[in-house]
Amino acid sequence: MMMRRTLLVAAALLAAVGAVAQQTPDAPRLTGNTPPTTPVPAPPVPRPVTDDVRRARNYPEQPPVIPHAIDGYQITLHTNQCLTCHARQFIESSGAPMISVTHFMDRDGQVLADVTPRRYFCNVCHVPQTDAQPLVRNTFRDALQAR
Amino acid sequence: MRVVFGWLRILWSVARSPAAMLSLGFLTLGGFVCGVMFWGAFNTALEFTNTETFCLSCHEMRSNVYQELSHTVHFSNRSGVRAICSDCHVPHNWTVKIARKMQASKEVWGHLFGTIATRQTFLDHRLELAEHEWARFKANDSLECRNCHSAVAMDLSKQTARAARIHQQYLLTGQRTCIDCHKGIAHELPDMAGMPPGWAETPELIDTRQPSR
Repeated sequence: MMMRRTLLVAAALLAAVGAVAQQTPDAPRLTGNTPPTTPVPAPPVPRPVTDDVRRARNYPEQPPVIPHAIDGYQITLHTNQCLTCHARQFIESSGAPMISVTHFMDRDGQVLADVTPRRYFCNVCHVPQTDAQPLVRNTFRDALQAR
Repeated sequence: MRVVFGWLRILWSVARSPAAMLSLGFLTLGGFVCGVMFWGAFNTALEFTNTETFCLSCHEMRSNVYQELSHTVHFSNRSGVRAICSDCHVPHNWTVKIARKMQASKEVWGHLFGTIATRQTFLDHRLELAEHEWARFKANDSLECRNCHSAVAMDLSKQTARAARIHQQYLLTGQRTCIDCHKGIAHELPDMAGMPPGWAETPELIDTRQPSR
């Protein structure tokens, strides 16, 4: 008798859990496939923009984007290959734009002789561009248009 | 010692005396065949030391420089052409190749005595090792680069404007050679403080106070 009641309760619990599980499906998945364990073919790697044409900035503080490929450029403790063109000493022969004077300032506003350590890792802010299309529509408007 | 000299004297007298039983044809043809076999074996062994298998049989190469190479365009690229160690580090012509191989016997010494036994000792030696290779490339006008990349076959119009301009200005005029600008293309760079790039017009202005190890 006791055994039978236990079984009944267990069956009822199972049914309830199943019902709840059916009523509340997962939230719509933002990434990956449904079901999630099936393989997703990788999209082709977008092509980098390498035309060396300087791009306008969308707002004054925007770090300029990089109009060339930076594959294999080493930025390590020992060397920074971006600075072999963009450092003040080398822009004459490389024709590259010089890193701005803000990059010489430490956090107290003191201007140093060369790039300050906090601005050493270029691609924290500056990124190369590709021909990839935006995933969602961009509603950004230039501040000058918004007046 | 006296025994050794005795044996040498016997060998010398045998080598000096004319062959009593063997015909001249046997000796000349036999010598020729043996020579061919020796040369073939020598060259096969020499070529084996140019293979990736041979280079990577030493852990110094396998776990340091090879790992770094495997991220670069000389290892994997869209057209599937790969440069292995010897393509860049061993000259193709016989005389200079033998000279390089003789120099490389020092690397065997280094391997046996564990000069570069750990990652840290490798990093400690990286600048010195790199400078050896840069000096070698500089001296032979980047010969190993030019085994595949020839300035004559370069279509400057297919390069970006920046690359074309710099190649025209420095490479085609012979003012610079490949390695002057293209350092660190296959391996990580050592501390480059005080080493201006090839296109530097004012090399004396390079900051030697870059952060170091």
